[in-house]
Amino acid sequence: MNLAAGSNQPAITYLNHETTVRSWLLTRDHKRIGVMFLVGVIFALLLGGIFAMALRIELLTPGPTVMAPMTYNRMFTLHGVTMVWLFMIPAIPSAFGNFVLPIMLGAKDVAFPRLNLASFYIYLAGSLLTVFGMLWSGADTGWTFYTPYSTVSPTTVTPILMGVFIIGFSTIITGLNFITTVHTLRAPGMHWTRIPLFVWTIYGTSVIQVVATPVLGMVLLLVAAERVLGMGIFDPSRGGDPVLFQHMFWFYSHPAVYIMVLPAMGVITEVVCAYSRKNIFGYKMVAASTFGIAFVGFFTWGHHMFVSGQSTFGSGVFGVLSMLVAIFTAIKIFNWVATLYGGSIDLKVPLLYVLGFIFLLMFGGMTGVAVATTSLDVHWHDTYFVVAHFHYIMVGAVLMAFLAALHYWWPKMFGRLYPERWSFLAAMTIIFGFIVTFLPQFLLGNMGMPRRYYEYPREMQWLHVLSTAGASLLAFGFGLIAIYLLWSLRYGAEAPVNAWGSRGYEWYSGSPPVPHNFTEAPRFEREVHDYTVAEVPRVY
Amino acid sequence: MEELFRKSLFLPEQASSIAKDVDHLHYAIITAALVMAALIFGFAAYCLIRFRRRSETDVTPRVQGTLGWELLFVGVPLTTFLVWFYIGYHDFIRMQTPPPEAMDVYVVAKQWMWKFTYPEGPNAIGVLRVPVGKPVRLLLTSRDVIHSFYVPAFRIKQDAIPGAYTQTWFEVTKPGSYRVMCAEYCGLKHSEMWAEVVALSEADWDAWMKEQRKGLVALKDASPSGPEREESGIPARRAARYDAQEPHGELMYAERGTLPERGERLAAERGCLKCHSVDGTAHIGPTWLDLYGRRERLTTGETVVADEAYLTESMMKPQDRLVEGFEPVMPSYQGQLGAAEVAALLEYIKTLRSARLENTRSEGPVYEPGGGK
Ligand code: HEM
Ligand SMILES: [Cu+2]
Repeated sequence: MNLAAGSNQPAITYLNHETTVRSWLLTRDHKRIGVMFLVGVIFALLLGGIFAMALRIELLTPGPTVMAPMTYNRMFTLHGVTMVWLFMIPAIPSAFGNFVLPIMLGAKDVAFPRLNLASFYIYLAGSLLTVFGMLWSGADTGWTFYTPYSTVSPTTVTPILMGVFIIGFSTIITGLNFITTVHTLRAPGMHWTRIPLFVWTIYGTSVIQVVATPVLGMVLLLVAAERVLGMGIFDPSRGGDPVLFQHMFWFYSHPAVYIMVLPAMGVITEVVCAYSRKNIFGYKMVAASTFGIAFVGFFTWGHHMFVSGQSTFGSGVFGVLSMLVAIFTAIKIFNWVATLYGGSIDLKVPLLYVLGFIFLLMFGGMTGVAVATTSLDVHWHDTYFVVAHFHYIMVGAVLMAFLAALHYWWPKMFGRLYPERWSFLAAMTIIFGFIVTFLPQFLLGNMGMPRRYYEYPREMQWLHVLSTAGASLLAFGFGLIAIYLLWSLRYGAEAPVNAWGSRGYEWYSGSPPVPHNFTEAPRFEREVHDYTVAEVPRVY
Repeated sequence: MEELFRKSLFLPEQASSIAKDVDHLHYAIITAALVMAALIFGFAAYCLIRFRRRSETDVTPRVQGTLGWELLFVGVPLTTFLVWFYIGYHDFIRMQTPPPEAMDVYVVAKQWMWKFTYPEGPNAIGVLRVPVGKPVRLLLTSRDVIHSFYVPAFRIKQDAIPGAYTQTWFEVTKPGSYRVMCAEYCGLKHSEMWAEVVALSEADWDAWMKEQRKGLVALKDASPSGPEREESGIPARRAARYDAQEPHGELMYAERGTLPERGERLAAERGCLKCHSVDGTAHIGPTWLDLYGRRERLTTGETVVADEAYLTESMMKPQDRLVEGFEPVMPSYQGQLGAAEVAALLEYIKTLRSARLENTRSEGPVYEPGGGK
């Protein structure tokens, strides 16, 4: 990189100013907390990935393959729980949000550094309890814990419910912290219209987290109480209503999908701008659509219940509102693609993930519109079509954006460059593997394969084999990334201050940044991602 | 063309009257999605080539969206989506509204089997026989956890919920056997909870009915997994609690007589008739005569049609939606009436019609014990 010309890397960074284990464990530095979260969520991804491979191997043949039905049922529950609560929800906001959000605002730290640390330990405690529950007996309810099955299941559901309940507090605290930080700690010159779009999405996400997570906490507690005390809230033989659970669960879990997707969209916006050297096509629309999604997302939960016996009129209303969410998403897609126009595009690995992201989000989104079309959902509900849909949109979005962010901010976080060719190969493998894994699942859903099936009709086998083959490719891609990233930590080339020539504000600080981000307060004189004039990298 | 689409999308055969319409919308949406994706990626590919980076210090112009562009970005997809939604919702309403002449069948789901009961006749486990070309309404409930009745070839699905009745309907268009699966995760053998719908041609249906009338067919149809097989090494199901609270549930299936007859007996035994009359005279509770399908005015001022769902709710949670002019004195029968007993009572109430009203009874097979002529 010839931009390295301006390299005056700070000698003392957040990584080397203190190196004891204690200094990490008790740190109040948002960057270190971000890194600890990053390690945590990567472990969760690994664990969830191992479960996923086990599931795919079991599904190679129509009947029993390598495990008993009960084991399979536990496996998909553990896979879902780990991926959703231990990986996807905290991945981008807690790891990357923590790391770059204060820097982007020109702040020294988040508003409540101690709470931030507490949030990490709460996440850790909740995750450990969840994993303990899995190993001890392992719930077989699916990550959705539908009653009344979850209250009568012979497995031990309660520790997992409590683990997820605890993780919820971590989410709420992080959200509050970010909201306060955005309101109070912006440096001079950081007007509301200059706030980077990544920060806007984290802000929108935080609002959802603070509003919706308590509902999840409540409903999990109720299920636990039902199991332990026999309360009878969801038990029809005691006058309870089993469908009530679904309303409460999806009132959280539908917006939770946006907790996962919005930060991913924020990452994508940053990366598109950086690698095409362009300002975003419609800043206001992209920011506004974030809040559109966050708001409308609260009124779509009923689209999970079209066949549950809810009123026909209600289904119609939920269907239309769901379409609106798709519109806000469409706005973002159009704006990203339009941003490429007139740019100076460098197809580096993060941008490759962005293309993968847009592809998966397109099809995930279009199939979302398809399942929001009430009559079609009757056929597709609870089939593999839905499994493919949510993997495309949630996993596609979170995973692609997570990998884009990991590569884009890797030099910022660790001051090293990753090997270009290997990363390109890995990215191609992952995108291709992903499509091969989940595309057949759409077709399986069309054929009528319900989800959470241990056995299936013989004629569906070859599609399952294809899907498992894709999953193996995916696993291979992940292995590759793990190897070269760990390698680069030690042997990678030293990164210049602004490895990509980006005009994102986070590159004002050093790479890696100094302990309090800046040695003097940064001044924000231009719009974010303004590439109309040349600029030398600077370190405040 | 139709076949090409269906086969390349791996959709099962279209065996119900609604399946074709559902599929047509499906094709339209998939095609539109592919076209849209091609346009967007075509444009992206054009940009990637035309605007690729030429020097490390490139400076780019500032291109800002205008209101016109943004309106276009919103307008085009919104219109398309709403059109799809409109068509889909239209079909959805059809799916949700059984024709009045439909024949009724009660479906009780249970871990891990499907039981079918014809109001006038026999029960079957695992096999539902229906005539071709005649609408069939299913009244679904569950004895333990939530299940979901799914027939891919009919493009229908409906959850079966304990303590409540939900409904769906279909009209088969060609004779054959169609797979029924459970689509809502319900425990250990969720993936084995299969049954079949056997659609009989008119002649076969008549012949079968005749046999039923003679009582010659033993009710031995079994679900593919076998009804009550226990697996060794699995902890005793806690779901058994539901069985314990429904001591009459099993008994019903062993009992003889049509559903309305059993319902009449039950109404007397359970004390329903202490408060409800069956001849239209006023009493402590609303009369059952002509109750089914009546519009009831509630204390809240709303009106509600007394269908299976409302009647079930009134037995389980009588205080939730009270009919105007009556005291909230009815006790709850939650946990006391089994699913099959509720079905019997419903069928009994349906038979209570004053002469003027047309009696729309189910035309299911009639069972006459003892080989009646
Ligand atoms: C190698 C990649 C993956 C494979 C092969 C895979 C496979 C599967 C399978 C077979 C199921 C069960 C479907 C069912 O029977 O209902 C499933 C469910 C699920 N997966 Fe994945 N998965 C992968 C990656 C991920 C990732 C990375 C995430 C999240 C970041 C994720 C999130 C979920 C969720 C939320 C469910 C629903 C769980 C449930 O139905 O209880 N998956 N996946
Ligand atoms: Cu079931």
